[in-house]
Formats: sequence, C-alpha cells, structure tokens
Amino acid sequence: MARVKYRFNTPAGKAFDVVNVVVLVGVGAIAILPFLYVLAGSFATEYELTTRPFFLWPNEFTTDAYASILGSTVFVRAFITTVAVTGVGTAIQLALTALMAYPLSKIDLPGRRTIMSLVVFTMVFSAGLIPTFLIVKELGLLDTYWALILPAAINPFSLIIIKNFFQELPKELEESAKIDGANELRILRSVVMPLSKPVLATFALFYAVGIWNDYMSPLIYLNDTSKWTLQMFLRQVTAASSLTAEDLGNELPPPAQGIKFAVVMVATIPVLLAYPFLQKHFAKGMLIGSVKG
Amino acid sequence: MATLIEAEAVSGGADITPRPPNRRNVRETLVRYRWLLFLMLPGIIYFLLFRFWPMYGAQIAFRDYIPFLGIEGSQWVGWEHFETFFTNPDFPRLLRNTLILAALSLFIAFPLTIVMALLLNELRLNILKRTVQTLVYVPHFLSWTVVVSLTGLLFAVGNGPLWTLLNDVLGTDTNFLADPAWFRPLIVLQDVWKNTGWGTIIFLAALAGVDQEQYEAAIIDGAGRWQRVWHITLPSIRSTIIVLLILQTGQILNTGFEQIYLMSNALNRTVADVFDTYVYFVGIQQGSYSYATAVGLAKAIVGVILIFGTNWLAKRFNQQGIF
Repeated sequence: MARVKYRFNTPAGKAFDVVNVVVLVGVGAIAILPFLYVLAGSFATEYELTTRPFFLWPNEFTTDAYASILGSTVFVRAFITTVAVTGVGTAIQLALTALMAYPLSKIDLPGRRTIMSLVVFTMVFSAGLIPTFLIVKELGLLDTYWALILPAAINPFSLIIIKNFFQELPKELEESAKIDGANELRILRSVVMPLSKPVLATFALFYAVGIWNDYMSPLIYLNDTSKWTLQMFLRQVTAASSLTAEDLGNELPPPAQGIKFAVVMVATIPVLLAYPFLQKHFAKGMLIGSVKG
Repeated sequence: MATLIEAEAVSGGADITPRPPNRRNVRETLVRYRWLLFLMLPGIIYFLLFRFWPMYGAQIAFRDYIPFLGIEGSQWVGWEHFETFFTNPDFPRLLRNTLILAALSLFIAFPLTIVMALLLNELRLNILKRTVQTLVYVPHFLSWTVVVSLTGLLFAVGNGPLWTLLNDVLGTDTNFLADPAWFRPLIVLQDVWKNTGWGTIIFLAALAGVDQEQYEAAIIDGAGRWQRVWHITLPSIRSTIIVLLILQTGQILNTGFEQIYLMSNALNRTVADVFDTYVYFVGIQQGSYSYATAVGLAKAIVGVILIFGTNWLAKRFNQQGIF
C-alpha cells in the first residue's frame, strides 16, 4: 500500500507536509517557550531581567531568587501545607471515588441506575458557589484544610471512567475468588485493585494536580492567611508591585523581579515531575472509560 | 470526556430491571449486597452532603437568608432577588461580557482544537507526532495562577518579551495587562495556549479508530489529500464534534472563575466582570447570600436549558446526542 500512497503524493501534498511539520514544531515550541524563559529568568540577575527582553540562558548565573524564597518562612509554610494537603487529599478523594465506583460496576446492584442518573445529574446541574459555601460553613469546615479536600472529593467524570474500567475487568477472576469463599471486600483488595493500578494511579495524579493547582477553594474557604497554600502565595508574590522582607517572613528584601520567576517555577515543577507518569497513562485511562462504556 | 455520558446512557439501557420490591426481597437484597452497599456508603454521603444538600439550600434564592434564622426560618420573598438582578444596571454588562467570552471560545478556541487535531493526524513521522503531543499537553496541567503569572511576566511593562515584541510590531506603547481593549484577546490567548493541545486528545482518539482501508480505497480512487480529509476524516469525527459542542453550549455561562478573577483588575472591570466573578463579589465578599444564590441559580438553569436544547437540536438533525 505504501507504493499506492507514494504514487499519489503530489508536489502540493509534499509542500503541505513540510508546512505542517514547521507549523506543528512551532506550536510545540510555543507551548513550552514561556516556561523555558521563566526557568532561565529565575536564575538571572535583576539587572539582566530588566535589560534583556528575552533569553533562554542567563548571561550571569545566580541563585539569589531561590535563596530568598527558601529563606522565606511564609513560603516554606505554604509549600509544606500544600504538599501535605495534596497528599492527604489525593488519598481521600481517590479512595472515595474508587470505593463508590466498584459497587456501581456491578450490573445487578439494586438502585444502580438511579444512583448513576443522580451522578450524571450533578454533572449537568450544580447549585452554585454560594449554597456550597454555606454548607461548608455549616459543617464547620471554613478555615480548615478539609474545605480544600472534601467539597470536590468525587469528580463525577472520574467516577464514571473508573466504574467503566471495573466493569470491563474479566468476570472469571472474581467468580473463582468468590467460589474460594472470598467476600466482596477481599475480592476488591486482592483481585480488582492489583488489576487496576494504572487507572487508579492516573486518577490519583489527576486529583493531586487538581488540589495542587486549586486557587478558588483556598480563596473562598480560607480567611486565615497563615493557612494559605502555594497558589495563594504565588498570586501574592506575582501580583504585588513590590514585596518587602516582612511579606515573605524574610530577613532581607527579595530580588524584586527574580522572585516572581522563581516562585512560578517552584509552583510548576512538582506538576511537571508528575507529568511523564500522567502522560504514560492518561490517554489509555481516558479511552478505556469512554470508548468501551 | 464527552462520550462518557453517551456510553453511560447506552450501557445504562442494557441493565437488568431490578426485581419488584417486596419486603422479604428487600431484606434479602440488603444482606446479599451488604459489602457493596457498605463500600458505597462514604460516596453516597459525599454526594448527599456536597452535591444535593446545596441544591436544597439553593432555596435561599427565594428567601431573605439570615444565617442566624437558618434556611427554613428566613423569610420567603419569592422572585424578588431575581427581579432585582434582571433589572440591575449591571445585568446587561455582565451578560454581554459573558457571552462575548463564550463566543470567542466557541468560534476561535474550539475550531482551533479541531484544526490542530487534523494537522497532528496528518503528521507521518510518528516520533515527531508524539513529541509535539507531549509538548502541547503540558500547559493543561499548569494552574491558572501560574498561567496568569506567566502572562504577567511575559507582558511586563518595560522588560516583558511579549510586551516588547508586540509594541515593536504595532508601534505602540501599550500596557496590555491594564488596557480593557486587550483583556479579551489575552483571555483567548491563554485559553488557547493552555487547552488547545489537551483538547485534541479526544479527536485524535476518534481519528485513530478510523478504518485505514477507507483511506487506501480513496487513494486508489484518486482522492487527493484534501478530499480524503473532507470525505473520510471529518465525517468520522462528526459525532465527537457534536457531543463536545453540546457540552460546550451548556457551559456558555461558565467562564472559568479562576482565569477571569485572576486577570481582572481595577482598570478592566468594565469588560472583565462576568456572572461567575459577580457571584463571588456580591456573595462571598459582600455577604448578600440570597441575591448571589439567585444569580447562580439563574445561570445554572439557563445552562441546563441550553444543554438539553442543543441536544434536542442535534437529534432533530439526525445526529446522536448525549442523552
């Protein structure tokens, strides 16, 4: 067949191929250039940042900006807080989602259709920001880290994809376990979970990235600035025209420009570290759920 | 993502109808499914607490909610808050801003996603294709705080690379971040940068499922590149396009709170205020809970009507809908 294709490869077709490659390589570059610029900028001196409009390699290399944020008690607190909330939150959200998805994957479960319809309903209609805020307030979760974890604990999309994945697992394994006298808990732990590791890992990462990147929840639910997360800190640093040493809980005033570059990097790098693992699985994870139904 | 609902609706239809309930059977069922029901309990509690209780609480849109009196104790005022909102001089501006941003997303960002998926699909070098895909998915995982901060650094007055470049090209001296005229272009730019690549995934998945023999047959019949795209590739992703279009229509009034909130400042309020940020300002910041709930509710109901409306339209035109 390759020869057939070749025969009809007109000059116009070849020209298109070349243009297409150029365009897409350009698009790929645009996707990461801003990031590379900020990476280079975070290691550059204040002088270079104010005089050179664009560079991907600093003339003079400095780690002042990073030293400044690492010496900032405000930053360190926000960073540790965010890591902890992300870790605990991911575990809780994934557990709740998977535990609900598993029973729903049983076709004969009584009430299954009703529950699924209600779940889909919440995807189409939500009561809105204020009623949810008032519930969180009512439950006494305002100004606690639970407010960053619980209100979004189960993502209906993720729930359905995981449910569909469980549904596709070979039934024979479960049945033989059942004959051996295992109950549902046992089957879930020793048969279903080991088979579902890649999918669960993918959604764990999605949840983790979601909590890490969340700006709205801390904005709405946390009044106490000492509880702020990294995204709130990042906003404070990059939106400020000038920062004092006190803002950061630092001894020395920070480099005015460099610190913005460095904080953006610090907020981004953990997500980028998770990305290769995410990428390995997300396409597969998404498709298993959607195509096979 | 969209095809999930479709898939769910289809698989849901194949369910075995539960046995007619009579008391002994209910007991038996509960015993038989005790472990499964037990596992599901936390999830059910979650949905009741954080998804359905707020729906009950949304009735404060029809009351003058005073926290001290509770939901039921607060006075019933009917449609008063809705009337206040629709006659508010802010309303036309909010509606306009919201609709313009939605239209820009629908007519610029959405077609660009399709175009990009088609271009990626035409790439023959697999390694290049995979590399480009890897790169363009990355921005999707960055937070809006990071994207807005990046924008701030790139358009920084005096030394930002894009500030320098654009002003040189246009021969101006504009502060893009403060100029209301540049608010919408920047929002679209961020949206395209962050989400176009990611959006191609679903189309590429649909394209991967196209039978290659169709292309081979078309080549033998003498179909050119463009004809193959037009007669084979595009029709094969038509249902995906429609499903995403329906979903996007339902989202028209949802502008993405974080992005707009982070990009708005004292100078661009006239174009930046949308329903989502308005609900935040009057509800959370000013504490007008009932009024803000009414605004949110009106928005949500319009969203539901839109999603069912487009779905109905899609079916009228003999396309598969999502429900």
